[in-house]
Amino acid sequence: MTLMHKFLGAAAALALSAGMAAAEPALIFDLGGKFDKSFNEAAHNGAQRWAKETGGTYKELEMQSAAQRVQFARRMAESGANPIVVMGFQNMETLKEVAPEYPNTRFVLIDAVVEAPNVRSVIFTEHEGSYLVGMLAAMANKTGTISFVGGMDIPLITAFACGYAQGAKAVKPDIKVIVNYTGDTPAAWNDPVKGGEIAKAQISQGSDVVFAAAGGTGLGVLQAAADGGVLSIGVDSNQNYLHSGKVLTSMLKLVDNAVHQAFSDGPELETGVVLMNLAAGGVGYALDEHNAALVSDEMKAKAEEAKAAIIAGTISVHDYRTDSTCPAF
Amino acid sequence: MDFMTILQILDSTLRLATPLLFACLAGMFSERAGVFDIGLEGKMLAAAFLSGAVAAVTLNVWLGLLAGVAASLMMSGIHGIASITFRGNQLISGVAINFLAAGLTVLIGQHWFALGGRTPALLGGGRFETITLPGVEALSGVPYLGPLYAELISGHTILVYVALLCVPVSWWLLYRTRFGLRLRAVGENPAAVDTAGVSVVTLRFAAVMICGLLCGLAGAYLATGLSAGFVKDMTAGRGFIALAALIFAKWRPWQALGATLLFGLLEALSNRYQNIDLGGVVIPVQVMQALPYVLTVIILAGFVGKAIPPRAGGEPYVKER
Repeated sequence: MTLMHKFLGAAAALALSAGMAAAEPALIFDLGGKFDKSFNEAAHNGAQRWAKETGGTYKELEMQSAAQRVQFARRMAESGANPIVVMGFQNMETLKEVAPEYPNTRFVLIDAVVEAPNVRSVIFTEHEGSYLVGMLAAMANKTGTISFVGGMDIPLITAFACGYAQGAKAVKPDIKVIVNYTGDTPAAWNDPVKGGEIAKAQISQGSDVVFAAAGGTGLGVLQAAADGGVLSIGVDSNQNYLHSGKVLTSMLKLVDNAVHQAFSDGPELETGVVLMNLAAGGVGYALDEHNAALVSDEMKAKAEEAKAAIIAGTISVHDYRTDSTCPAF
Repeated sequence: MDFMTILQILDSTLRLATPLLFACLAGMFSERAGVFDIGLEGKMLAAAFLSGAVAAVTLNVWLGLLAGVAASLMMSGIHGIASITFRGNQLISGVAINFLAAGLTVLIGQHWFALGGRTPALLGGGRFETITLPGVEALSGVPYLGPLYAELISGHTILVYVALLCVPVSWWLLYRTRFGLRLRAVGENPAAVDTAGVSVVTLRFAAVMICGLLCGLAGAYLATGLSAGFVKDMTAGRGFIALAALIFAKWRPWQALGATLLFGLLEALSNRYQNIDLGGVVIPVQVMQALPYVLTVIILAGFVGKAIPPRAGGEPYVKER
């Protein structure tokens, strides 16, 4: 065996062992993209935090079209990544198909439930978080009308709207809540022009607090609200800083914690359903220096009181997804 | 529905119709000269991106506008070279421009700003401000006319007025000037124009560049007038709606204004009224949102009558030997 062969052999062995040891975690973003300032960006931030803390590396893929869902999940599983975090409720069908094919790989699905021995399903109680921001909106409201701009018209987004309306009506029973959606296709997550026009229409109908749960479209909503001199509410990530002093609060959905947790648990993570509710710190509302002047101590006290009551179970917020009806509409 | 509601819907109509109008007129110049252009969407997108990016960096919306127009002109140049100089297929070149713009904007945006293809939100001087026309105060006391003037006619960004002004200017240019006559002739019978000693290539390039200029204005309006910054794929199919409006208008400027206002009105209505309650029967929001597209099909299939495109459209001109 020549020296060259020895080197090549050693290099190959090294590469092989490196491949074996590095069962890297992976993250597959949903449509909307890694930097949507919202849902996917929160996941990115969680993964980045894990990478910084542990010095580890991870793989990631950004989906460009719905047709790539199954293909991307398979490609990640084939590459040996473990665990694989898959973002978005629309990947429910993806994992139903792909997860049984790779029984030794652990999948984490954010926002939907798949019953499989190797899948952890993380779901958030968005209706509870929306209830709290709905209360804050009603307390900040002066005109008697508040509004909601959703992205795609789907049950998940309606659950946001429903919780928001319930919270608002808990404070002011006769308040009017206008609910609009941007569209029925994934393009609805990325149309700030249309989002802005919908917000302007709502403002002209008297709304003075606009809650946007619409991904990139929400940026247009927040802009139109700031231009129109009314308050807005951001979603998923803390968006208070986008228009300091004009965003009342943000409905937080701490996706970053879920991703961070999954990466930290590693290839042997426990599967099953993980419920990220108010008690678990999965949802909440954002307070920082940008909205300190907008949320009074009294408003905060009332919201905290309701939060404690929801955790204790004395207030139950209806989830639209359970029976497709909403008592507050 | 009270008077103010109608005004607000019409106001929104005008805002939403403006990018369509620019793009529709852009397509008209290009197609009247015999160069089909399905790359309107891509040119608008490129212009929206560069105007948003430059306005965000320089905080000067006029520099942004110039940059946007330059980006669109560059795309037009590519289209012209491919389909006029090298006599390539105009449709394929247009599709290529759409893909090129969709990819390049996100790639360059990510490289420059690291915001995932988004440009930073525009502040202050980076956006077109709305203009309050003189006389709003004086008319404010007059019933109907006062609010009509204040809401609908006044209070838009300058590009809205430019777009409206482009309609008579385009009409004059196409029908009352020598250049316009030659431009229309080159789209119908380029051999005759060539026989008369006028360069077909020059005329077609001029038309494609006018198209680029107008698409640039449309894109800049989207990013710096209607919203505050560029977001990936923000044109959201408006270039194709403009093409439909162009056929609906049978390649004529005044009719283009009417067609784009109709599409703007439909979009404004679907934004405002999402669930219409007609005494027991509720029209769901999906119907309202699909309406512009359904109507496009119906209008194009039945109501326009015969829409005859310029006869030499789509064909590269080859001199007889």
